[in-house]
Amino acid sequence: MEDASFIIGSWVLTFVAIGAYAAFVIRRGRELSRNATSEEMPWT
Amino acid sequence: MNSAVASPRGTGTRNTRILGILTIASMAFLALLGLVFSAEDRDQGSSVRIMYVHVPSIWVAYIAFGMTAACSAIYLSSRNRSLIWDRFAGAAGEIGVLFVAVSLVTGSLWGRLSWGTYWVWDARLTSTAFLFITYLGYLAVRRLGGTHRQRARRSAVLALLAILEIPLVHFSVRLWRSLHQEATVATGGTDVHMDGLMLFSLFFGLISFTLLFLWLVIHRQRSLALEDAMENRGLDAAIEARREEAVS
Repeated sequence: MEDASFIIGSWVLTFVAIGAYAAFVIRRGRELSRNATSEEMPWT
Repeated sequence: MNSAVASPRGTGTRNTRILGILTIASMAFLALLGLVFSAEDRDQGSSVRIMYVHVPSIWVAYIAFGMTAACSAIYLSSRNRSLIWDRFAGAAGEIGVLFVAVSLVTGSLWGRLSWGTYWVWDARLTSTAFLFITYLGYLAVRRLGGTHRQRARRSAVLALLAILEIPLVHFSVRLWRSLHQEATVATGGTDVHMDGLMLFSLFFGLISFTLLFLWLVIHRQRSLALEDAMENRGLDAAIEARREEAVS
């Protein structure tokens, strides 16, 4: 049972950390792109 | 139709959305493989399930730091010194730090189950912690003042020095007596003692995390490009304001 909490904890921690960073990256991109011109966003 | 309205906002494109969906699907399948379908290890028992996130995390960190060094080298050696290489280096460095942190924490949890302790000052663990601190320093150097080109030059030099730590971390288990196990799969030979589904789960984890890395690095590089553009715009506005002051 103790093993299960460590194993699930490892997976949850990994996905929460990655998910939080991914959310930060997407939100930052959206915030900055509001005032950006098309020339500043060559990928669009 | 207005082109500004038609163009998608943010750092995503059709291709990155496809990559994102593939990544989420592969992560979900990895969770099934790692937590449900794969068997327990003869020696490690169920704690082997931590390996399916621990090993891919350090794998991504190695790729990320390798990319940071490669992009830094291209930046310094190219004639036009395009800042896109610096931004890719910065994005990869940031992601690498995240994944080293994940690897350290999941490794620590695995260590508690296997060794009975969260941390030992073992060669592999200590060198990995040192790697983490070095790249935190790299990110701090990127945030020092100066122009974008000054930032690019000094962080590129640091990245080329920091990459020398990777072989030290990887071969630490052979160079010094270490509690950490030696490589199970990347042994240089063909004799891999691992159950088929466990091996598949591990490789699937490496592929899934690599897809995730690609998705993250593309988006982060684009948001760094926007940050640079906004800073340039602010600088241009400040210069213009000074000129107007001087004229009036």
